[in-house]
Amino acid sequence: MVSSQPLIEVEKLEAWYGRRRILKGVDFNVHAGEIRVIMGGSGSGKSTLLRHLLGLHRPRSGTIKLLGVDIGEADEAQMLGVRRQIGVSFQGGALLTSLSVGDNVALPLREMTQLDENTIRIMSRLKLEVVNLGGFQELMPAQLSGGMIKRAALARAIVMDPKLLFFDEPSAGLDPVVSAELDELILRLRDALRMTIVVVTHELESAFKIADTITVLDQGEILMTNTVDKIRHADNERIQDLLNRRPRETPVDADAYLRRLTEEHAAPV
Amino acid sequence: MDAITRPLESLGRATLKSLAGIGHAAMLLIESVGFALTGWRRGQPVRVPSVFEQMRQIGVDALPITALLALVIGIMLGIQFVAALSEFGAQSQVVIAVAKSVTREFGALITAILVAGRSGSALAARIGSMNVSQEVDALAVIGIDPVRYLAAPALFAMLLMLPALTIFADAIAIFGAAVYSAPALNVTPGAYISQTLALLTPGDLGQGLAKSVVFAILISLIGISTGFSVSGGAEGVGRATTRSVVLSICYIIVADMIFSFFLNR
Repeated sequence: MVSSQPLIEVEKLEAWYGRRRILKGVDFNVHAGEIRVIMGGSGSGKSTLLRHLLGLHRPRSGTIKLLGVDIGEADEAQMLGVRRQIGVSFQGGALLTSLSVGDNVALPLREMTQLDENTIRIMSRLKLEVVNLGGFQELMPAQLSGGMIKRAALARAIVMDPKLLFFDEPSAGLDPVVSAELDELILRLRDALRMTIVVVTHELESAFKIADTITVLDQGEILMTNTVDKIRHADNERIQDLLNRRPRETPVDADAYLRRLTEEHAAPV
Repeated sequence: MDAITRPLESLGRATLKSLAGIGHAAMLLIESVGFALTGWRRGQPVRVPSVFEQMRQIGVDALPITALLALVIGIMLGIQFVAALSEFGAQSQVVIAVAKSVTREFGALITAILVAGRSGSALAARIGSMNVSQEVDALAVIGIDPVRYLAAPALFAMLLMLPALTIFADAIAIFGAAVYSAPALNVTPGAYISQTLALLTPGDLGQGLAKSVVFAILISLIGISTGFSVSGGAEGVGRATTRSVVLSICYIIVADMIFSFFLNR
């Protein structure tokens, strides 16, 4: 299933928030047809990596290529072309609260295509059926439960039949049953619609269930990218800490500690 | 040493921040105009229905409260001018005093302050909460530029509706003044109004309208840019809303003073 040309190519990506270095020269490739899970604890830089992949942040240095286009260099039209081919489901759903579920799902079609209203209605209802929300198009986002919001957001993300789907924390804030259903849905999407899917999560169970390959991110660096089995049996201590929910032991640098206590502008860790 | 550098540093930061704010607002204006002119060619058209929807919210929905305020301001001006001008027997000047002060000054000012409180804050709150809940990001990744989808319709609706509301407020305020001062001046309200119409020049109305266009730009750009720069959850949205109202009203009053100075030299 793995083709030669990666859909996502990230090289030596650096990201900073003020004086904090969030991503430390990240290299990252995803091939067509893969389900890649980006895993890591809070503050590992996985959300920052995702925002860069989505083109919401410009890289400080390094390059990001999506579908062969360098999004740091791309002009408006090229970027629009890339955006038409990617779908994103955000952590909180990010449905527009002023529009109904149906209008939310239809929004990309209405704004980015010249299709007529009937086709748009049918296509968006079709996608709502795919995520098991058939008949809910008239409801407003505020009337939906957490799991339904995520599924509606997924319907909006796939309504343009993207080649590449990003999913931010699919199981965050959901009960185990609903989150398992969502995992099934992700697998089905890959098989039925032949999408390449990148999932960012810190939920181990869901990661192991859906992933073809897993990238483990820790403190802005990629510890390992490999298949589920290899990750499970990795002898890297930090990965095992993450898998076995062990609290990490951060070595204390006595000098830096003193500097942080006494100086005004000492750099954070 | 710290005692000197610290305030200087925070002064410098504040200056940079406000410069950045002005720059951001200017970019919003330029981009919005850009989307209106060439957006349809770039696949980013400013939708006419959403401009109409904003026009309804900013303009039509504000009619009752504008009418009420303008009526009260008109009556108040009537009371003040009748009292002040009768002191030296110049009651006959009440009509022109009211007419000029309403059209040149109060109509535009009161309407702008009202719309800043009603719609400027609503814009900041709406865009701010969309920013916090990643809806703005969602628009961007779909390929819908948030400036053309959220900012441009509001800006153009404001540019159309604030002058319209100003004319409406002018009319109601003069009516209010007529209702109070006509009996005090021993004329009929009808005669009062026709005298007003005879005395007013297009320049008087133009002055108020020119101001209201500037106020419209100020209100919408301040509301939109504070909305886009919200961070820090629901509390941040609340702060941005307050900030947009206070900033808008300050800028409106200062701009009004500057305008009045140059237009009446």
